[in-house]
Amino acid sequence: MEHIYDTIIIGGGPAGLSAGLYASRSKMDTLIIERGEFGGQVATTYELDNYPGSIENCTGVSLSKRMKQQAEEFGTQFAFEEVTHVKLEGDIKEIKCTKNIYKAKTIIIATGAFPRLGGFKNELELRGKGVSYCATCDADFFEDLDIVVLGGGDSAISEAIYLAKFGETVTVVHRRGELRASKSLQEKAFNNPKIKFVWDTVVVEAKGTEILESLVVKNVKTGQVNDLKADGCFVFVGYLPISELFKGKITMTDRGDVITDEEMRTNIPGVYAVGDIREKLLRQVITAAADGAIAATHAEHYIENKLASL
Amino acid sequence: MIELNKDNFSAEVLQSEKPVFVDFWGEKCNVCQALMPGVHNLNEKYNDKIKFASLNIVGARRTAIAQKVLGLPTMVIYNGGEKVATITPDKISSLEDVENFIKDYYNTL
Repeated sequence: MEHIYDTIIIGGGPAGLSAGLYASRSKMDTLIIERGEFGGQVATTYELDNYPGSIENCTGVSLSKRMKQQAEEFGTQFAFEEVTHVKLEGDIKEIKCTKNIYKAKTIIIATGAFPRLGGFKNELELRGKGVSYCATCDADFFEDLDIVVLGGGDSAISEAIYLAKFGETVTVVHRRGELRASKSLQEKAFNNPKIKFVWDTVVVEAKGTEILESLVVKNVKTGQVNDLKADGCFVFVGYLPISELFKGKITMTDRGDVITDEEMRTNIPGVYAVGDIREKLLRQVITAAADGAIAATHAEHYIENKLASL
Repeated sequence: MIELNKDNFSAEVLQSEKPVFVDFWGEKCNVCQALMPGVHNLNEKYNDKIKFASLNIVGARRTAIAQKVLGLPTMVIYNGGEKVATITPDKISSLEDVENFIKDYYNTL
């Protein structure tokens, strides 16, 4: 007989791994499908000082490794594949991947989000050649060089502080006149002599032959255009949900954030969404992990109630 | 796989008679680390026609930048001292992407 899992979790970031931990710990037959590397976005974060208990030497990589190990110890199974198609309606759901088709009674969507592009000219052409979306991956290149960070939220400012350990200068270019990042991050950044700010400014174009040399920036208030020397440009201007697979099947916002209730239920019975793909205010490792726990617990109840009604 | 550094890069890569695949990586690049064992396996599969090498950019960042590599992971195939194929970080999310990149060039040899 074909194998039917109790739950299949799509995505192996903190939300998916926490769902896996809770589901397998309550003896559910659990599979996590991940297309790339485990850990999701947090695996590209270096310092992680806002996850409770992560005091000493806690990096995004070490935390996600431990989360995976913990889920595995309770029996979560893993598959490394890309999901190509999903059938979510009905009692048995089908997840079609590049190599196999998997079936389950419940589905927990934890596909997360990906960094938004800065939206300037030549951005794609100079990716990996000076334009980057991952500070931990690429910081080493820019020792004693001039770095520009785009954005004004928590990710932008915490990565600017990290990058200041490497670069000669770090210039934060932000389209508004004030930061959205938390006060404690702002304070750290304002007190760092290497970090400068260029307010009310957007990047229009990246210039350089083969590698990035400078950025064309524009002041949105005065309209004045300048050239800003930059060896590296790190873009942290928000995130977009990875929800293409579910369009037209699950209720979502115009942006593509999946709408759930407080129990992580989507509009389809037995289908849950957790972590950054959900419409919510605070997208953090801690809220992702909490979502995963809630969804797994409800998925278990859902299966029990199904059995009881048979 | 040959471990490259700033001193042997030119001899091992640019002056090699055989095409060379170079995996640019770094200790802090999680994706690079995760791909590494798989890349070693690809070496066994394709090294009849392509030489496999890796460069840890820490300690050799100028070498990497001179090759116009400024993001990790980046993989480049050289032939006759010239870059003939490059795959940048945004195109690499799994080992499959790396294998397809190598295969595409391997099949032309």
